[in-house]
Amino acid sequence: METQPILEVSDLHKHFPLARGVWGTLTRMPCRTVRAVDGVSFCVEQREILALVGESGSGKTTVGMNVLGLQQPTQGHVCFDGVDVAEWVHGRGVSVESNAQLSGVSRRRRVMILRERAQMIFQDPYESLNPRQKIFDIVAEPLEIHRLTASREEKAERVRLALETCGLAPADHFWSRFPAELSGGQRQRVAIAGALVLEPRLLVADEPVSMLDVSIRAEILNLLHTLRRERGITILYTTHDLATAGFFTDRMAVMYLGRIVELGPTAAVLSEPRHPYTRALISVIPAPNPRRRRKRQILQGEIPNAIDIPPGCRFHPRCPMAVEACRVSDPPLREVAPGHRVACHLA
Amino acid sequence: MEALKKYLRKPMGVVGAVMLFLIVFVAVFAPWLAPYDPNVRVEVEPDDILAPPDAEYLLGRDDAGKDVLSQLIYGARVSLIVGFTASFMSMFIGTTVGLVAGYFGGRIGTLLMRVVDFLMVIPDLPLMLVIIAVMGRGLWNIILVIGLLGWTYTARLVRSQVLSIKERQFVLRARSLGASSARIILRHVFPQVMPLVIAQAVLDISVAILAESSLAFLGLGDPTLISWGMMLNFAFERALSRQAWWFLLPPGFAIVWVSLALVLIGNTLDEIVNPRLRTHHLFDPRRMVALVAGAPRVETPAEE
Repeated sequence: METQPILEVSDLHKHFPLARGVWGTLTRMPCRTVRAVDGVSFCVEQREILALVGESGSGKTTVGMNVLGLQQPTQGHVCFDGVDVAEWVHGRGVSVESNAQLSGVSRRRRVMILRERAQMIFQDPYESLNPRQKIFDIVAEPLEIHRLTASREEKAERVRLALETCGLAPADHFWSRFPAELSGGQRQRVAIAGALVLEPRLLVADEPVSMLDVSIRAEILNLLHTLRRERGITILYTTHDLATAGFFTDRMAVMYLGRIVELGPTAAVLSEPRHPYTRALISVIPAPNPRRRRKRQILQGEIPNAIDIPPGCRFHPRCPMAVEACRVSDPPLREVAPGHRVACHLA
Repeated sequence: MEALKKYLRKPMGVVGAVMLFLIVFVAVFAPWLAPYDPNVRVEVEPDDILAPPDAEYLLGRDDAGKDVLSQLIYGARVSLIVGFTASFMSMFIGTTVGLVAGYFGGRIGTLLMRVVDFLMVIPDLPLMLVIIAVMGRGLWNIILVIGLLGWTYTARLVRSQVLSIKERQFVLRARSLGASSARIILRHVFPQVMPLVIAQAVLDISVAILAESSLAFLGLGDPTLISWGMMLNFAFERALSRQAWWFLLPPGFAIVWVSLALVLIGNTLDEIVNPRLRTHHLFDPRRMVALVAGAPRVETPAEE
């Protein structure tokens, strides 16, 4: 089991068709699509923290949703624990029925096993908690859904444990409150507690700190780091902020317009970035020492929309180093150092 | 508690609540408050018929020599029973339809909303008249007809809210936890629309009371019960020619009173809970004046 990656994403595509309107339908215009994720492959080993880094609109949240089976991929596969997630959410399919642990149970139960093993933390702790539920009910809800606790005392004990693990101690000081009474950092802790109470194997953390104050960020990231160390949770951490990603992740995948452009060990990517996009991102990380300011490389223009993806390398219109080849052919992701892969003709 | 405080700060709402409380009090304690039992036949002298108000009969007598005030007091019971029961029914149906149509969408949603559209475009009163005429003039028939035809607006309101609530992240979170649709609807969606539903239900009570009065006025009320609409009907037919205003005006005023009370309450609740009617705290007119008075006047730049 240790040799097999816990999560394997292969050639994942997620396209959203756009409405054509009456005129478009009548004239049979080709249906235009938003190519949010356009051929993404990566693996996550057990106990690993992988960062998916990219600007907004680069498709990182969509990858997270597909990993959890909250969306169906247009093409490609997501395998979690060796089972295809797209089949798992329906509780049937070859990969589900051939799995030793899943073949003997009912369809509904199979889906519940997936929901128990993989959890998500959302970006906005002001939106992801039901404003009319008390903290206790928010954290206890997963236990109720999965019918994991026999008695009320046991439930209270597990909720207490989850809240206190996430730094909300004493738990009974918090659990009869409503989310509106807590600060942003406390709410995000509640959200993490609600995900942890099921003791998942995989945690998809979708920009868990981007809505929080800088002073709170480190605390939340330390908490995630501790969880990995103490419980061996695998974390897929998406962010647009290279600084927080560099803080605690093992490997890093930089995404641009629905593709991975650079993938490698975090230290290697940050110290020796090979892709011009990664370099641009790193150059704008604020440096703590104002005397040692690096030359900033500000990218021109916006990320193109995912409907009209440029031909050739999808980064070439904004790339400071683009050559003729970039306009014509799309560079594949190739290995430049052990475990370090880049999609660039010049790397 | 917060909501109650907000409510008590609105004078219209307080006035409405007091007005409604009075009517409910009168309806509940009718047997003790009414000076005479309006259901008992009375022996009458010719002078008693449509006798004007005096010390003994504060609102005069009707064409059968009965006390108008007592009928008015008992009539409150019918109005309130019809109003509350029918609006509860339409609230229940409308909320269920709205939740299902909004949450599941797709074909079920479209189908349900076409039913709503269909019921919405049929004029209510003529349809009610026909149904009551066919089914008979019982109290329950009247409640059923009003309740079963009055839920369309609630359904639309709930559906539109559900459409936005179901896209919120806590619903996605519940889905990723493996919650069933029923659980998501009951635990996560319904609590968010409930305040709006209650505000709408209060407004529906007054609509139901008016509908019952209209039916009774048109001669389709329950013949065994005294209601304000029926009093109006009798007064219109028999008392108007004799200028017996004491028989015509009181039930009219009573209907206005109770529907005004409910509209005041309903609008106040709506103002508190409806996100579309809520304004930012800086839009408070008093503060706006202070801001504008203190600020230098901004000249709009000339057009280039």
